[in-house]
Amino acid sequence: MIGARIPRNEDPRLLRGLGCFVDDVNPAGVLHAVCYRSPHAHARLRGIDVSRARAVPGVHLVVTAAELGELNQPGPLLIPHPALTQPRTQRPLAVDEVRYVGETVAFVVADDRYVAEDAAGLIVADYEPLPVVIDAERALATGAPLVHGDVPSNRAARFSQRVGNPDQAFQQAAHVLRERLVIERSCGSPIEGRGVVAEYDPRSGVLRVWTSTQAPLPIKNGLARMFGLPEFQVEVIAPDVGGGFGTKIMLFYPEEVLVPWAAMRLGRPVKWTEDRREHLTAANQERGQIHDVELAVDGDGRILALRDHFIHDGGAYTPYGMVVPIITACQLPGPYRLRNYAVEFEVSYTNKVAVSPYRGAGRPHGAFVMERMIGLVAHTLGLEPAEVRRRNFIQVDEFPWDVGLTFQDGGPTRYDSGNYPAGLEMALERAGFATFRARQAEARHQGRCLGIGIGCYVEGTGIGPYEGAHVRVEPSGRVLVATGLTTQGQGHYTTFAQIVAEALGCDASEVTVITGDTRRFNWGAGTYASRALVTSGNAVHIAAQEVRTKALRIAARLLEASPADLELADGRVRVKGVPGRDLTLGALATVADPIRYAYSKEAADAALRLVKPRSGAVLADGEAPGLEAFGYYAPPQATFASGCHVAIVEVDPGTGEVTLLRYVVQHDCGTIVNPTIVEGQILGGVAQGIGGALYEKIVYDEAGQPLTTTYMDFLMPTAMEIPEIEIVHLETPSPLNPLGIKGVGEAGAIPGPAVLAEAIEDALRPLGVSIREMPLSPNRIRELIERAERSTT
Amino acid sequence: MSVTPPLTTVRLRVNGREYAQEVPPRLLLSDFLRYRLGLTGTHVGCEHGVCGACTVQLDGEPIRSCLMLAIQADGADVTTVEGLAPGLDRLHPVQEAFRLEHALQCGFCTPGFLMTVTAFLREHPNASDEEIRRELAGHLCRCTGYQNIVRAVRRASLMLTGDSARATPGAAGDAPSAP
Repeated sequence: MIGARIPRNEDPRLLRGLGCFVDDVNPAGVLHAVCYRSPHAHARLRGIDVSRARAVPGVHLVVTAAELGELNQPGPLLIPHPALTQPRTQRPLAVDEVRYVGETVAFVVADDRYVAEDAAGLIVADYEPLPVVIDAERALATGAPLVHGDVPSNRAARFSQRVGNPDQAFQQAAHVLRERLVIERSCGSPIEGRGVVAEYDPRSGVLRVWTSTQAPLPIKNGLARMFGLPEFQVEVIAPDVGGGFGTKIMLFYPEEVLVPWAAMRLGRPVKWTEDRREHLTAANQERGQIHDVELAVDGDGRILALRDHFIHDGGAYTPYGMVVPIITACQLPGPYRLRNYAVEFEVSYTNKVAVSPYRGAGRPHGAFVMERMIGLVAHTLGLEPAEVRRRNFIQVDEFPWDVGLTFQDGGPTRYDSGNYPAGLEMALERAGFATFRARQAEARHQGRCLGIGIGCYVEGTGIGPYEGAHVRVEPSGRVLVATGLTTQGQGHYTTFAQIVAEALGCDASEVTVITGDTRRFNWGAGTYASRALVTSGNAVHIAAQEVRTKALRIAARLLEASPADLELADGRVRVKGVPGRDLTLGALATVADPIRYAYSKEAADAALRLVKPRSGAVLADGEAPGLEAFGYYAPPQATFASGCHVAIVEVDPGTGEVTLLRYVVQHDCGTIVNPTIVEGQILGGVAQGIGGALYEKIVYDEAGQPLTTTYMDFLMPTAMEIPEIEIVHLETPSPLNPLGIKGVGEAGAIPGPAVLAEAIEDALRPLGVSIREMPLSPNRIRELIERAERSTT
Repeated sequence: MSVTPPLTTVRLRVNGREYAQEVPPRLLLSDFLRYRLGLTGTHVGCEHGVCGACTVQLDGEPIRSCLMLAIQADGADVTTVEGLAPGLDRLHPVQEAFRLEHALQCGFCTPGFLMTVTAFLREHPNASDEEIRRELAGHLCRCTGYQNIVRAVRRASLMLTGDSARATPGAAGDAPSAP
């Protein structure tokens, strides 16, 4: 079952339109909420008049910071760090200052959303505009406007890490290469926006919240703290979630506090559903870094040392601390032997929505920087970029390889396994590299610009702290699995089922998986950082193995055989080589719960075998009823997946249009549970990587007004822009966890900008164009061509 | 100040069933289907007509239900994703093809794709990949990278035109196929 290409358990429901997303949850009498948001990027809020809004028929509540009282505290600093000396988090409702367009200022609840929107339009706030800072680098300069008046130079954090002795290595370098590299701001933009529904039941005292989150358990425990409720009286459900990509790992968004508060205050269920403009202005974003990098190489192109200083645009608040830039710093070395490395970053505040991880989470930036420098080495020394990589790869016999840096989870950045040289050759072969240069030369003769690009990456996945799982076999024979994390399309209902099916010898379709419901499982963190299958998958495996052991023990007793002579297959435990001597898992589950009521003939038959003279209790000392187990898995450190992408592009120098002719992915995520699902994850990630390289860019004007607030402006690729992607698998299992799994969720998105930068630069080499930024629109490519033409004439 | 406009009667047929309701004139067809009729399979992703998640068929033609008022659908015959499958035990061939080709992940955009594709294949039963991609370009999917959706449409066209040798599960290159 592990390794099988089976269709997904979750699909029939979703295909019939029977999914249940947050906005599909409509408790009786539900009211609808709308946020009134700041139209200014930075302003003092001198007063707010909500009287006309309150007077609209059908309006139940209009709340500002004043009415919210004690609850209106700055949100939690989720991941503190000693170097984050000036953390600032957002309150649910702005008190006396707004710091980005879209910040929540008031909250309206009405009979329906139409009326709520009418009322929000009647709110009048008195703003005194303040100076705005948008550029992350300018924000750090002397005299820049301050996003937070008490944070000098807008500097939230400055942090450096060092490996070896880079300064000494630079003195021995044959070549020192310097670049400034920029990656612009972007965002996850799942097609389902965010949403929250809450109801409070005064009979039971239970607050029930449905939210489109990637982390319902932390939300539950946090809400309990905020509202002074016991944790067991708060239930949080992330039902079907329509894509997350990191955007929904942020907690707490203001609405996750405001909606439950309004539901308790009004004694009615309340719903808020984000619209797309809100998503593109007020849901967290990412990317956005400026790197100044120096690389020292010897005469053969071997890397001696790298120094990098970068500025990370934090936006107006830092709820996620320094997680993204730490990942950039730790993952920048990629698959290369980098023994002397100094990296320093600064996190600056700007008048933009906050930054928290988006698929790739700092890695696309790091890979872009490292791979651009590899390309520069190749150009400087007249080598093939692939050859420079070969000369610098960590070799197979060098694992575990310790990069020497502390990773985002506090553990080591220590690569557990991999085969980077083989990965590159697999990708090059599939892409037809051997004949490409001849083809390229021929195309150039015809005036066509073809280019090839390579992008390698290493991705720390499957971080802790831990996840858990509950596996229970029912008397029906069906198996129920519950975990604490969520699913946003990754296929957990199928892959977790496959892991159980492998252990119990049943069909994966017999296994029902529940995620994202704190009523079903109380322990765990959530689905982010490419960790779900590593952490929860192994927990499911551990629980399923315990169920297997118990099933064998009970069956051995009933079948009067040694457990060693038994096997599990076809949903049964059977005596090897003795046809007919078997029991179904359902029958064993019935026997495991000795309450004497057999609801089926088969179960009755099984139970009859137990009716023998006995003394003592029906449950042995220490034995629990039922055929079930709980399992937990806490990884010792991250496990490091890797991959290599190769793209062949054609650039039209007249229009700047980039056409993708081939896109090959080699990837290695250790043991593959379902290749179809793994490929699906990669295909979607690659599309986001391509989007991040060629189309997707969040733009603010100088006044801090977001200009990309619709899907006509924030351009995500369609089926016309994404080519056929070819995938080749390499499996080097992780030695760190029982199943040998590494994460794959983010992988596809990581090297996109790096690959396409190298490919476009290669295509435009005769024109002397250098690519130092991402993304690149056709207009921008034309500008770069024109600039190159001017500099050569 | 908001004024409450008079309610208007809308009569229409949805998935073969007749409905008559009093609605505010400004009520979107998408909200009517989702909140008045409880047909929550029609999803709303952008409310400005780009993402295509809210696509339904109006008299057989795919339209964006977020760009249309409920009262504009008066007298129309509407099909939503809930009306596609022929029964509880069977999926529509396009739905089946999406399942076999892993053409959905989170499933949020999927109903819109299904409504466009079923109408498209009626008109273009033997569409080329290029034509398929052009048709799909009216929809955004953030999960799949589209490749498996293209495959699913191709597979569905084979299933619908009776090319069972190439379309049936178990045939060569069986589903879900490897890229």
